[in-house]
Amino acid sequence: MTEFLFGGALAVLLTVALGLVRILRGPGDADRMMAAQLLGTGGIAVLLLLGAAVGDPAVVDVALTLALLAAFASIAFVKGAAK
Amino acid sequence: MSALADAFTVVAIALGVVFFLAGSVGLLRFPDALTRLHALTKADNLGLGLVVLGLAAQAGSVLGALKLLAVWVLVLVAGATVARLIARAAHEPERGA
Amino acid sequence: MAFAFDLALVLLTVAVAAWTIALRDGFAAVVAFVVYGALLALAWVRLGAIDVALTEAAIGAGLTGALLIGAAAAVRRATRTALPEQRPDLGTRTLAAVLCAAVAGSIAAGVLLLPEPAPSLAADAARHLDATGLGNPVTAVLIAYRATDTLLEKVVLVLAIAGVWSFAPDGVWGGRPGPAPAASQPGALLLLARVLPPVGVVVGAYVLWAGADHPGGAFQGGTILAAMVLLVVMAGLADVPRIGSRALRAMVLAGPMVFLAVGFAGVVIADAFLAYPVPYAKPIILAIEIVLTLSIAATLALLLAGPPERDAAPARPGQ
Repeated sequence: MTEFLFGGALAVLLTVALGLVRILRGPGDADRMMAAQLLGTGGIAVLLLLGAAVGDPAVVDVALTLALLAAFASIAFVKGAAK
Repeated sequence: MSALADAFTVVAIALGVVFFLAGSVGLLRFPDALTRLHALTKADNLGLGLVVLGLAAQAGSVLGALKLLAVWVLVLVAGATVARLIARAAHEPERGA
Repeated sequence: MAFAFDLALVLLTVAVAAWTIALRDGFAAVVAFVVYGALLALAWVRLGAIDVALTEAAIGAGLTGALLIGAAAAVRRATRTALPEQRPDLGTRTLAAVLCAAVAGSIAAGVLLLPEPAPSLAADAARHLDATGLGNPVTAVLIAYRATDTLLEKVVLVLAIAGVWSFAPDGVWGGRPGPAPAASQPGALLLLARVLPPVGVVVGAYVLWAGADHPGGAFQGGTILAAMVLLVVMAGLADVPRIGSRALRAMVLAGPMVFLAVGFAGVVIADAFLAYPVPYAKPIILAIEIVLTLSIAATLALLLAGPPERDAAPARPGQ
């Protein structure tokens, strides 16, 4: 199970990394924000998987913090892009 | 019983990864911002949701499982709202949001 | 499989870091930098430093991103209206590259050349945890063993605020930072600013409380609270307080002042600056941390809000 969870974390990391190309290419600010959002959610998934793989319940707190702050950063992006 | 939980975890997480992949591929291949946003929110909702469900089956305690679900609900609410705002930013860039 | 994950994470982090520098557009570069911060948080988790991962996720991925995006937006405004965008010349960029490489190389050398096993005070730290009443050695180091360093850091935060405020134009000293919020904000933003902050306050308080025995602490909790305050302000639900307000300044100073007071009391009660009498160590530590969290939240929010730009008249909050 530990191996599988690490494998799952690796899979999510790689698929989310794919989306990062949007930051480079995306013709508009919205596309870049979306790529960051995808990485935020993917990062939370990876954190939860890592926490389960290692057996450390405190990692869920990091995921919780990242969820809140990623929402905050996205709002800041939207406001910054609108100017 | 534990074997059943393990099997459920494996299936749920594998499906979750599939949805994350769908989200990424959609983000890269769809033609415009709004369709890409559509793909992105699938990764947010279902990708993370399935991963959380799979991990909840492995959680040591009910409280641990509830905490995982709380993270997912938070991401759902924030993600849906941010998606709406990004869509606005993509379509009405002149308005000072 | 863990090795495969670590390898992928390292390569991805380096790639995103290089990408951040290579991107021309300021907005895109800031987005890439926030992504880099999130990846670093993952790296810290893999290294077993959960407290640092919490701080990285909160500051690196969240607050610093918001700060930089404000700067990028200001550059964009200026570029559109008057100043042409200027890249530093080749000499400056080469110097910056050399200095960055030197710093990175020294840190890498320092880590890689450590003797096996690396010298560590972890055993001593763990041995004396009982006297502090804490279960998390990181919190014990921050608030008990090396409390002087933490006190100085909090004083540095106050100096930083004073520095930021010193940029105020003379006419608006004591006024409010940032432009007046636009009258109509999108409904989705108003919803999020009403729903998320209560959750954020609970999570922030939880991270502070859990910091006694599990990863967490005052700084991470304060950062989460600051982000929630900023969210409310960004949605226009409440206007930024004017920086001349005494209550605001009291809140910023309360943390370092309480810390200092406990320190001097320690001279009288327990024979050394910032020494805690053993039976009361945990309540004292908790009291310091709670006040510190509020101060950090106020200070970080004000740092992000920036210097005052308009006078003290309150803007009508948006509906």
